[in-house]
Amino acid sequence: MADSKTETKTLGESLRQQGVSRRGFLKFCTTTASMMALPPAMVPAIAEALEKARRPSVIWLSFQECTGCTESLTRAHAPTIENLIFDHISLDYHHTLQAAAGEGAEAAREAAMHENFGKYIVVVDGSIPLKDPGFSTIAGISNLDMLKETVAGAAAVIAVGSCAAFGGLPHASPNPTGAVSVSEIIKDKPVVNVSGCPPIPTVISGVLAHFLTFGGLPELDDLGRPKVFYGQSIHDRCYRRPFYDKGLFAETFDDEGARKGWCLYRMGCKGPMTYNACATTKWNQGTSWPVESGHGCLGCSEPDFWDGGGFYNAISIPDGDIARNIGLGAVAGVAVGAAAGMLNRNAKADAVAKHEAVTVDDLEKTS
Amino acid sequence: MQKLQDIDIRVEAPVDQLAQHGNAVPVLHEILHALRRLGETEESTTIDLRSIPFGPGDEELLLDVLGHGEVAVKLEALGVSEIYETAFAGVWVVDHRNTEGERIALQIEIARVPEILFTQVTDLIDSISRLENRLRTPDGVASLSNPMNGRRRDG
Ligand code: SF4
Ligand code: SF4
Repeated sequence: MADSKTETKTLGESLRQQGVSRRGFLKFCTTTASMMALPPAMVPAIAEALEKARRPSVIWLSFQECTGCTESLTRAHAPTIENLIFDHISLDYHHTLQAAAGEGAEAAREAAMHENFGKYIVVVDGSIPLKDPGFSTIAGISNLDMLKETVAGAAAVIAVGSCAAFGGLPHASPNPTGAVSVSEIIKDKPVVNVSGCPPIPTVISGVLAHFLTFGGLPELDDLGRPKVFYGQSIHDRCYRRPFYDKGLFAETFDDEGARKGWCLYRMGCKGPMTYNACATTKWNQGTSWPVESGHGCLGCSEPDFWDGGGFYNAISIPDGDIARNIGLGAVAGVAVGAAAGMLNRNAKADAVAKHEAVTVDDLEKTS
Repeated sequence: MQKLQDIDIRVEAPVDQLAQHGNAVPVLHEILHALRRLGETEESTTIDLRSIPFGPGDEELLLDVLGHGEVAVKLEALGVSEIYETAFAGVWVVDHRNTEGERIALQIEIARVPEILFTQVTDLIDSISRLENRLRTPDGVASLSNPMNGRRRDG
């Protein structure tokens, strides 16, 4: 944790001081553009902006969460580049990562707020319990109080993970703690939802890089998520999509269709109603992603995905025959996807209402 | 520490069935259009392969079709990057790695020379002043094993 008061150098200056050549800086900018899902033609503009970027102060609050989002980020797959970004961010408070605890840590948070009033970024992971403030406290301060107090002087709030963005697992029915998302509390500051359980590390750093580069937040969708990463559905970018369009589906995890890499729709893939960057950005150094590994998408970046019925229920196929239900052969691919998305949404709402639990039958479900 | 890529993963599908996802061919067409543009107007193009929804085998097929040409360059800046011209002159593969050797960007650049290979103005200015400093001091070029030799920064 660096002293934000003394740090006035721009990113360009501090990289040069570390002995990074201009070519190295351009490599950094190329990777940053790729991370922000911006076209390579924007590299010169990014270089110009990053050259002048100054170190922003970040306060990271963790509420009702499992630390999976912090894990995702700290295991980020591009240590050099992402560390450079994080080295350049003044992470003034993160009670999971910092050595100090209790009053000492709270003093650091208050100092960062005071020194950077109106300019700092608050990152939140975890949901906020409203039923009883005692369910989750830090140094005796309730999550609700800490959030309101910390956000008061913030430039923007980034809700990292589906818990902070939509309530997540704590919010799953019957929601014993009365968990809510950040945006249900904070109404007077921009809130960016970086959903996912956990979010893809490069997406988290991509949003921070966007703020660092352009001093503002990226364009958001109707759920407050950055469009560059959440603008297209998993299904629309899925490499198995041609099989879906041809009506070729795996029925079990070990049948011929599974071996040939056919579509996982009938095994519960929620790709058609899920908006996230997995199909292109991928996971683990770009190695693969769930569908490539043979498992359907769980829909983890969507609100209430825990209550969406069994993960292995093909909830979009009321009578098990997709071709008949949406007139598969007759409709163009994209339209089929949209129709399937609608069916999915209806079926999901139904499942949410009934709060179906995953059973052994679901796991063994074959159609 | 064992890295993820060190874990031996066996793919059961036969190799000849891997490249069946059809996403390499549209990229090859895009490359062809970009090559024509380069020939006609000198405009260069970069394709970021991270933004393309490749399935297993697509990337391998693309790189296999492109092959290797006459030039290969190793760039050592924030990790090693490999840059090579493919068998199609004017089509370059730019493979950026971090200090851990993990891929952080993979791009196809259709250009006479990839942008990152040009010597940058600030590095040029830095070179001039460093060489000037070396020649100004009597022991700057005193011996073969001078600790200053080959160093980017003076002090
Ligand atoms: S249903 Fe799932 S596996 Fe099938 S094409 Fe859509 S996202 Fe891919
Ligand atoms: S494939 Fe679906 S469930 Fe899996 S990480 Fe991506 S969005 Fe979440």
